[in-house]
Amino acid sequence: MTENIGELVAEHPLFSGLPVDIAELVGGCSQNVAIATGQLLLEEGEPARSLFLLRRGHVALEVHEPGRVPLVIDRIGPGQAVGWSWMFPPYRWHFDARALEPVGAISVDADCLRSKAEADPAFGYLLMKRLAAVMLDRLQATRIRLLDVYGRDVAH
Amino acid sequence: MCTDAMLLTEAEPLSNPLTPATYRVVDRRVETGDVVTLSLEPTSGPCPFAFKPGQFNMLTSFGVGEVAISISSAPGAPGPVEHTVRDVGAITHSLCAAAVGTVIGVRGPFGTDWGVDGLDDKDVVIVAGGIGLAPLRGAISYLVDKPGRSGRVYVLVGAREPDQITFPDDLKRWERDGAIVKVTVDVPDSRWWGAIGVVTTLLPTVDFDPARTVSLVCGPEIMMRFTVRGLVDLGVPLGAIRVSLERNMQCGIGWCGHCQLGPLLICRDGPVFDYSQALEELISERER
Repeated sequence: MTENIGELVAEHPLFSGLPVDIAELVGGCSQNVAIATGQLLLEEGEPARSLFLLRRGHVALEVHEPGRVPLVIDRIGPGQAVGWSWMFPPYRWHFDARALEPVGAISVDADCLRSKAEADPAFGYLLMKRLAAVMLDRLQATRIRLLDVYGRDVAH
Repeated sequence: MCTDAMLLTEAEPLSNPLTPATYRVVDRRVETGDVVTLSLEPTSGPCPFAFKPGQFNMLTSFGVGEVAISISSAPGAPGPVEHTVRDVGAITHSLCAAAVGTVIGVRGPFGTDWGVDGLDDKDVVIVAGGIGLAPLRGAISYLVDKPGRSGRVYVLVGAREPDQITFPDDLKRWERDGAIVKVTVDVPDSRWWGAIGVVTTLLPTVDFDPARTVSLVCGPEIMMRFTVRGLVDLGVPLGAIRVSLERNMQCGIGWCGHCQLGPLLICRDGPVFDYSQALEELISERER
């Protein structure tokens, strides 16, 4: 059975449990996309125009440097979201995100989402709470990674 | 036939717990750059001691010193008893460098165990960080190999880098034999295809039933604290979480007090503890 885009948005963990009209509002800014292996979803320095809700496949968040293989910062998979730089000026991607395999995602148009959030502060607040929760989780996980916990042994 | 070592039995009381027995290194396997597994047999014959998963021995490198090392093989596993040592100081460096044929001292086994024999109908979520997989290895093998268990076994492992993942062959074997195995690293390299992040990030990715789950956690204490919080957030009762602690164990039998943590002596009362609010407070105490 073919689902409409609002239903697909509602099924994604980032928006699950929200009222149907909210999912429809996001769905109105969204399209289903397929990304081939190796293709970039985000490209450092380029305008940040989309939020990607991953449904299938994995994406690597990378930093590139000349003459070397990209440095992988994180790997993001189905049920997760990628791309936050559209939320704040200057609206440019800070990292690359590369499809590690065929990826199926919902691409949410950032201009559309921002304008709906500006026009409807209640929606905007709900949206920001969901996005902030994910960003907080990522921030905490990154902070724990910075501790290098596995290297802490008592010398004997 | 070494019947004692084949069963999950209590260790015999030691006649003199401060005198090491002599054991010979019969195999030495490099797990990662600084981690070595030593296979030990008594010099008096092939039969080692009885033990339970989670217990430790005091290993002596003669002329260098003695250190507490967890037993990393399973009770009932064929062959010699294994200890996995990370080279972090003079004594562990000497043990890691011990060649096949070297005679070392062994006292033990000491301490509490993971209590795996009462978990047949439980989902068991095992969370290991770094070298913390070594004290859990025997418990995992026991659970995976035990016939008739109805609960599932989840093995979640975190390492700093892909090259520091210990026991990769065991991880494959446990997965092949029915365990759900997930591995994550903090710092991936270009060949790494798995998860990235601390081991706590794996917890929400597995579908265990928190109400019938027991969790066994071993690794650096900061990692264990965050893991316990993650498990509790997912609904696992605090009392269903067991952790293995490490302190400066010297006598192994609660005489010397070097491993004291508040009212506890880790060598005697631990190293495996049921997690509790009181234990949380002890391992969260700030230095003043």
